[in-house]
Amino acid sequence: MTDRALKARVWRGAAEGAFREYEVPRHASQTVLDVVTHIQRVLDPTLAYRYACRVGMCGSCAMTVNGVPRWTCRTHVDKAAKNDRIEIAPLKNLPVIRDLVTDMREFFDKWARAKGRFEGNRTKKDDFARVRPESAARMQADAGIECIGCGVCYGACDVVSWNRDYLGPAALNRAWTLVMDARATGRAERLRAVAGDAGCHACHTHMSCTERCPKNLSPTAGIAGLKRAVAKAALRGEL
Amino acid sequence: MSARTETILWIAQRASAALLAACVLVHLATVIYAVQGGLSAAEILGRTRGNGAWFAFYSVFVLSAALHAPIGLRSVFSEWFGWRGASRDIALALFAMFIAWMGMRAVIAVFA
Ligand code: SF4
Ligand code: SF4
Ligand code: FES
Repeated sequence: MTDRALKARVWRGAAEGAFREYEVPRHASQTVLDVVTHIQRVLDPTLAYRYACRVGMCGSCAMTVNGVPRWTCRTHVDKAAKNDRIEIAPLKNLPVIRDLVTDMREFFDKWARAKGRFEGNRTKKDDFARVRPESAARMQADAGIECIGCGVCYGACDVVSWNRDYLGPAALNRAWTLVMDARATGRAERLRAVAGDAGCHACHTHMSCTERCPKNLSPTAGIAGLKRAVAKAALRGEL
Repeated sequence: MSARTETILWIAQRASAALLAACVLVHLATVIYAVQGGLSAAEILGRTRGNGAWFAFYSVFVLSAALHAPIGLRSVFSEWFGWRGASRDIALALFAMFIAWMGMRAVIAVFA
């Protein structure tokens, strides 16, 4: 395997730029992140990219690999390359700072806009909240809670590219886990924040986010839940 | 437009979609029945004129379409052409009235 070379086309530049091709030796169990690291360490030290954990924990290594948003540390070259060729670009739908590094501020600002911060009303003097793990609401919250904020779903969502205000799958998924959290306060404000043209009602249920989420979450299901919860609140005059 | 209004529009679009699905089925069944039975135009008019149930059904059909299409076009216009804001919504409100007017004109013509 090692005698074969991989032709890797890698994005260089920011919004303006071009792909540059590098030849990288193949190895067994090589990941796309290994390829990028090899280029930066051996072939071209000016290449900018981002990673931290290398094991699918931190969510910082997401890029567009052959047109598909992925965690590069958990994507094997064997699976992603076609005919010993691979194209590596920055994550879509985010401004590019340089090469493979995107500016994720708008992504996280939208979490704040969707009221994605937990706020409760208990103090340390109060007893623990008792939440039954098998209650319907808690199970729905748990289904979405493992998001690590990698932005893969955000890069996969067409509605984000068509509508720059759209909060996107991750922020809405986060809001949904809080709407389903018995301890969280500010439900009405949160529902208001995620309603309408920039919120859950803009989602077309394409399910690209669900298809691509490396944690196998379904933001689409959470967004459908938000649509129902917001509609009920609107009909009751609580929005 | 407020999040509340946008939510109401979304509900209206879902509700009108459900009505349209039922209306289209009934409408198609009626068309097939009328064609197979070989009804003439005069015979059809004979059945529709003064028929309150028929009038109510087609009024619901027309008004659902007048509601459903413009709300859908709101997203199409913003996502494909970047047309947002009040100018789009006013244009589409006029379009909704146009569909309602054209449709109800036809319904009344066959009823009265
Ligand atoms: S929902 Fe999945 S793809 Fe989206 S940010 Fe969270 S972990 Fe990443
Ligand atoms: S289901 Fe909704 S949030 Fe997910 S990719 Fe499709 S439009 Fe985007
Ligand atoms: S480097 Fe941490 S998830 Fe890939």
